Amino acid sequence: MMKIGLIVNPIAGMGGRVGLKGTDGEDTLIRAIQMGAISEAPEKTIKALQQLLPIKEQLLVFTCSGDMGENETVQAGLYYEVVYISGRNTTSDDTVLAASSMKELGISLLIFAGGDGTARDIYRAIGQEVPVIGIPAGVKIHSPVYGNTPKAAGKLAAEFLSGRQVQLVDEEVIDIDEEAYRNDVVMTQLYGYLKVPVIDKWIQNKKAPTPLSDKASQMSIALDIADNIVKDIFYLIGPGSTTKALMDVLKLKKTLLGVDIIRNRELVKADCNEDEILRIIGDSETELIITPTGGQGYLLGRGNQQLSPKVLGKIGKRNITIIATEGKLIQLNGNPLRVYTGDEGLDKELSGYYKVRIGYGMSRMYKVEG
Amino acid sequence: MKRIIRKNRVRSFHQARWNEPIIFELGSAGERGILVPKAEEEIVEKVGNGFDSIPAGMRRSVPLKLPEINQKRVLMHYLRLSQETLGGNINIEIGQGTCTVKYNPVVNDKLAASEKMSELHPLQDTSTTQGILEIIHRTDLMMREISGMDHFSFQAAGGSQATMTMASIVRMYHRLRGEEEQRDEIITTVYSHPSDAAAPALKGYKIITIMADENGRPDYEAFKAAVSERTAAFVVANPEDTGIFNPRIKEFTDLVTKAGGLNCYDQANANGLYGIARAREAGFHMCYFNLHKSFGTPHGCGGPGSGAVGVISELRDFLPKPLVEFDGEKYFLDYDIKNSIGKVRAFIGTPQVVLKAYSWIMSLGAEGLYEVAKVASLNNVYLIKRLLEYKGLELPYREDVQRIEQARYTMEKIAKDTGFSSGDIARRVMDFGMHIWSSHHPFYIPDPLTLEPTETPSMEDLEEYVETLHHILGEAYNNPEIIKSAPNNSTIHMVDESSMDDPDQWCPTWRVYQEKTKVE
Repeated sequence: MMKIGLIVNPIAGMGGRVGLKGTDGEDTLIRAIQMGAISEAPEKTIKALQQLLPIKEQLLVFTCSGDMGENETVQAGLYYEVVYISGRNTTSDDTVLAASSMKELGISLLIFAGGDGTARDIYRAIGQEVPVIGIPAGVKIHSPVYGNTPKAAGKLAAEFLSGRQVQLVDEEVIDIDEEAYRNDVVMTQLYGYLKVPVIDKWIQNKKAPTPLSDKASQMSIALDIADNIVKDIFYLIGPGSTTKALMDVLKLKKTLLGVDIIRNRELVKADCNEDEILRIIGDSETELIITPTGGQGYLLGRGNQQLSPKVLGKIGKRNITIIATEGKLIQLNGNPLRVYTGDEGLDKELSGYYKVRIGYGMSRMYKVEG
Repeated sequence: MKRIIRKNRVRSFHQARWNEPIIFELGSAGERGILVPKAEEEIVEKVGNGFDSIPAGMRRSVPLKLPEINQKRVLMHYLRLSQETLGGNINIEIGQGTCTVKYNPVVNDKLAASEKMSELHPLQDTSTTQGILEIIHRTDLMMREISGMDHFSFQAAGGSQATMTMASIVRMYHRLRGEEEQRDEIITTVYSHPSDAAAPALKGYKIITIMADENGRPDYEAFKAAVSERTAAFVVANPEDTGIFNPRIKEFTDLVTKAGGLNCYDQANANGLYGIARAREAGFHMCYFNLHKSFGTPHGCGGPGSGAVGVISELRDFLPKPLVEFDGEKYFLDYDIKNSIGKVRAFIGTPQVVLKAYSWIMSLGAEGLYEVAKVASLNNVYLIKRLLEYKGLELPYREDVQRIEQARYTMEKIAKDTGFSSGDIARRVMDFGMHIWSSHHPFYIPDPLTLEPTETPSMEDLEEYVETLHHILGEAYNNPEIIKSAPNNSTIHMVDESSMDDPDQWCPTWRVYQEKTKVE
């Protein structure tokens, strides 16, 4: 019997219909309900779960009480066990606690219905320990961890659980600043990575023709950078899975969401803050290696504030190397990469065309805007 | 009696299926196709037994592992395999965009196969090969007219090898100027052919690619930012694989020339340009054409190809050697090319292909070539207009920017509506005995389809293709199951593509196949 987890965020998506752009925060939820929002996540979850009926005899669903999974599982007709009991008004803490206990129970896949807020909670609880498939039910679905539709998410889960050879890919958990979004400003930030099975037909934001080629591109970029490391120079390695590939090649541990410093192929310090960076690099020549994170192509200023104007001033524009897979650049739909350091003058200075490294000895001219 | 109704353009087709084993698995020990008679004693006396003259170190110690099969079985094997393919001459050949798959007059193959050609040996004394040398020289002169270049070499056997030849010339040129180390970058565009990046990369260059602007043309501002004292060359196709022509190309090439680099023109997409635009006037220092494809000889897989590389006179002495020259009395092979990059292929390339191209050009004349360009473009414009009548099929970038001889479409909307990708549609197209191609990877344009009608299909052919494609796109909405299971009428049905991503399942040779399928 295969054990899988199911968590439904019953309030996900409620803000969308009434124009509230998300339901993060209790006040917003109350406003949404007052404006007549109804919960759509349960219905979407049932559609997804029905795709698992052909393999129902081999499945046991660990889920939460009520609308957080139990009701949907009953309606879909799958065998289940309630392993987490939530209160009447569920919060993001419920998602975190439920996911943690399911992980302890040894599930082989976690299915969740929600949006980017829910994905963040799932990431907080399980990191990259369990493969995850999202049923798109939230207002914000920028993270490429969801099926194209609820049905596609269900089909993907069925294929994965039936033992079809499927690649597991680290996909970004991205969320936007809801307050800014309500004022029509889109600012994405990278919060972490989830392991997602990928069959390109059924997953959103397909980045490249095959997941293999995106991985292969990361490796190819990493080898290029590694082969050309200059002696005695400090390298600041920014956050992201593309920069992680470089550290993998160097056999060093990467802080996925932080800035690490290396020199002569050795780790000087992991996960540095601004002060530590300034203290370590002093006046020495330093190169910054960064990759855009999140759906909007932010290079600086979102999630990596340790790369402050002071730090960037020391490094200098010509010592910034941007790396990105072609898949990632294609995803930007021709929009420029962005810097938002908080210092308008510096943003302007950093703007312009860069040779973004996309493979071994391969670059793409790409525009960066402040 | 049953009558086949011509007005039904959406054809009913089924491919042959033979389940034919791999040739290595056929035959049996001792089975023979030809019994070679023993040499007569008189011959043995004069030349020996034929083995002793081979140095011991070069002789095989174990017999060659070749299949042992009789003649009929060999013939049957390959005829069966030929029935399981979609050969260019039995389907409407417009679906393989950017490959300029057109009808290649069979008479030219007859010429190439005639004894006069097939019995020639490249090591013959040139006094006995004046005919083919004259044809090569005359083709050179015609290619000069077509391109504005000053000298051509026909040594490269294909487009990628021609690009490699150009990259080698670039390197040699900068080496002699003492700038080889400094100039380590080559610029190309994302919609040029992948070989324009790959061949120079193999030559050790760093490659910089330029994206398209909102009109689908290479972004000039990005290009300007890329050109520097490190630029060795600019290698580009125009029109690119979107079919979009860059009318500002001279501004691009001028910028590179000013910075000290060379301009190399990939003219694999030249079919709509004969008599209209030339490499020289666009500021290029060298270019190449595919004599196969563009000049009426079969595509590479249908026979050997020829990448004709042309250069301006200042670069003549960098070309591969030998060059075919004429001294006023006789044709000869000129090996005295002082800065030559050397050889890119044995002897003088593939003269059979040059012969076919020569015959093709001569049968058309200058006016005829111009007509080819016009009809190829007209067919393309017609095809675009008819195909776009299907709502949801679109041209990326601006639809009002004219496409030349090919066009890359996007079925992004259809994919969003139905969940079917261009790969799914391509599988279903096979059910009608046809073919459609998406694009090189990665897909910069979502769910792309690339079509190039050339000058050879008739209006009736174009209509059959259009109606078939419209029919299939309709199925995407109305009869999705039939696309899910496609190809339904082919010898092999839907293939699980996941193995494409799994190196453990790749079998590039017979030996690897044996190894990986071994039963313990």
